[in-house]
Amino acid sequence: MDAVVHVENLVKRFRDVTAVDGMSFAVGRGEFFGLLGPNGAGKSTTIRMLYGFSPPSAGSVRVFGLDIRTHWRTIKARIGVCHQENTLDPDLTVEENLWVFAGYFGLPLAVAKDRASELLDFFALSHKRRSKVADLSGGMARRLILARALINRPELLILDEPTTGLDPQSRHLLWDKLESLRADGITVLLTTHYMEEAARLCDRLVIMDHGKILVEGAPEALIARHAGAHVLEIGGPSRELRDYVRTEGLSHDDLGDRLILYVPEGSPLTETLRTRFCMERCTWRRSTLEDVFLRLTGRELRE
Amino acid sequence: MTGGAVSWRFLKVWRRNLWTYRRIWKVSFLTPLLEPLFFVAAFGLGLSGFIGEVPYGGRHFDYPTFIAPGLVATAMMNNAFFETTYASFVRMYYQKTFDGMLATPLSLEEIMIGEIAWAATKSVVAACLMSGVLAVLGLVKPWSIVAIVPTAFLGGVAFGAVGLWITGLTPHIEMFNLPVFLLVTPMFLFSGTFFPVSTLPAWAGAAARAFPLYHLVELCRRMQMGAGEYPAWGSAAYLVVFAALFTVFAVRAMKRRLIR
Repeated sequence: MDAVVHVENLVKRFRDVTAVDGMSFAVGRGEFFGLLGPNGAGKSTTIRMLYGFSPPSAGSVRVFGLDIRTHWRTIKARIGVCHQENTLDPDLTVEENLWVFAGYFGLPLAVAKDRASELLDFFALSHKRRSKVADLSGGMARRLILARALINRPELLILDEPTTGLDPQSRHLLWDKLESLRADGITVLLTTHYMEEAARLCDRLVIMDHGKILVEGAPEALIARHAGAHVLEIGGPSRELRDYVRTEGLSHDDLGDRLILYVPEGSPLTETLRTRFCMERCTWRRSTLEDVFLRLTGRELRE
Repeated sequence: MTGGAVSWRFLKVWRRNLWTYRRIWKVSFLTPLLEPLFFVAAFGLGLSGFIGEVPYGGRHFDYPTFIAPGLVATAMMNNAFFETTYASFVRMYYQKTFDGMLATPLSLEEIMIGEIAWAATKSVVAACLMSGVLAVLGLVKPWSIVAIVPTAFLGGVAFGAVGLWITGLTPHIEMFNLPVFLLVTPMFLFSGTFFPVSTLPAWAGAAARAFPLYHLVELCRRMQMGAGEYPAWGSAAYLVVFAALFTVFAVRAMKRRLIR
C-alpha cells in the first residue's frame, strides 16, 4: 500500500498520564480514515503528533514516507489541518483570512487571491467575502476553516471533529463537500464523535480508547463483526427471555431494565425472537456503528 | 520538531499583524501624536518655571528639551511592551492564532520572532511620529525623526522580547498588571526620563543604570539633543545583549507553554 500516513508504536506521555499508548496504523493514498473514541481516548493527541505540533514520546510517524521529526516543514507544506477550535483571525475579513494563511505557506498574493475566490465559491461563502469572521454563523465559520485548510492544495487533510456543534443542514453540506473532495483524490484523516458521520465518510476506521486501538476495519465489516445485522432492544426483559438468550448463546448486553440483542444476518432465531419476545417496549432495527462503539468502549460517562 | 529553524518566513507573521493593524491605525496614530503634546504642556509649561535649567552631559538644557527624548524612549518601550503582552496574549490565548500558524510550515521560533519584530515596528512608528511633533515644537533635532529609527527598532526588540517572555509565563491576562506595576512604571519614573540620573545618590544611580529604559533614553538624548552621560556604545551593547537574551527566553517560554 502506498501509505500517506504510517504510524508505528506511537506513544505520548504527559507528566503522569499516557495519552497515546502504542498506536500503529497506516492510511493509504485517497483513503478516508477515521479515528473514533470517547472523550479523552487520545484522538486529538494522536492527530497533533501527526501534523508535527507535538513531539511523540516514543514510536515513529511518517507522512508521505518522511519522518515528521526531521521533515516537519516539508510535510506541513503538503497537509491541511482543520482544528477542533476556531483558529480563524477575528480581526480579518473572510477573504483576508485565506490570503494571510496562504502567506504562511509562501504562496504569492496573486495565487492566494485566485485560490481564495475558488474556495469561497466551493464552500458557498462568496457572498460573505468581505464580512468579518465574527459575523459568520457556526456553519459558515466551519466551512471557512475547511477552506483555509485547503488553501495550499494539501494531499492530506486532517480534520479534528469537523462537524461538532453544527446544525444538520450545515453538517450535510460539509459532508457533501468532503465527498466531492474525495473524488479529487485527497486523503483524509478525521476524528469524530458522530458515528453516522464516520459510517458515511470513512473507508476504514479505528475505534480507540485509553490511547490504544480497540478495532480497525471498514465500517460495515465492523458492524457485522461486533453488532450483527439487527439490534433488538427489549425493555423490562422477562426471566424467560434471559434464559433463552443464555441457552442460545446470543450476543447481547444486559443493562438491567433493558436487554439489547445483536442478531446476525439470516439468523434462524430471528422469527422466534420477533414473535415470542418482541411485544411491547421493543424496537427492532438495523445495527449501526454506534452499537459497535458503545459495545467496545462501554456505556458509562467519561467526564 | 516544530522548532529548530529560523527563516525569512517570520516576515509572514509580521505581515499578518500589519494587515490587522491597517483597520485600527487611525486610532493608534493618535496616541503618539497627542501624548507628547500633553506631557510638554504639563511639564514644560507647568513645571519648567520652578525647575529652570537642567545640567546634563556637561551642558544646560531647558526642561522641555530635556524630557522630550525621554518621552520618545518611553513611547518605544510602551508600544513594544504592550504589543507583546496584552496583544500577543489575546492572539495566543483567545484567538488561537499561534495554534493555527503552527499547522503551517512556520516554526514556533519564526512566529515569536515575527511578533517581536512587529512590536519593534510599532515602536519605530510611534517614535518617528512623536519626534515629528517634538521637532515642530523645536524640542528635538529635526533630522532625528529619521535617525531615531535604528534606536527605536533596537529598543522595540528589547522590550518586545521581554514582554513576550512574560506572556509565555503569564497564566491570565489580568496578571499583566503585575509586571506593569513592578517594572514598567518604576522604569518610566526612575530611568532618567524626568531628571538626570547623575544627580542621584550613587546607589540609586547604579540601580537606574541597570534598567534597559535608562540606556534607551541615553541613546535618544544623544540623537535628539546631542548630549549624554553614559557612553553610547555601552548603552547600545547593553540593549543588544538584553534583546538577544530575552528573545531566547521568550522562545523557550513559549515552547514550553504551547508545545504539548
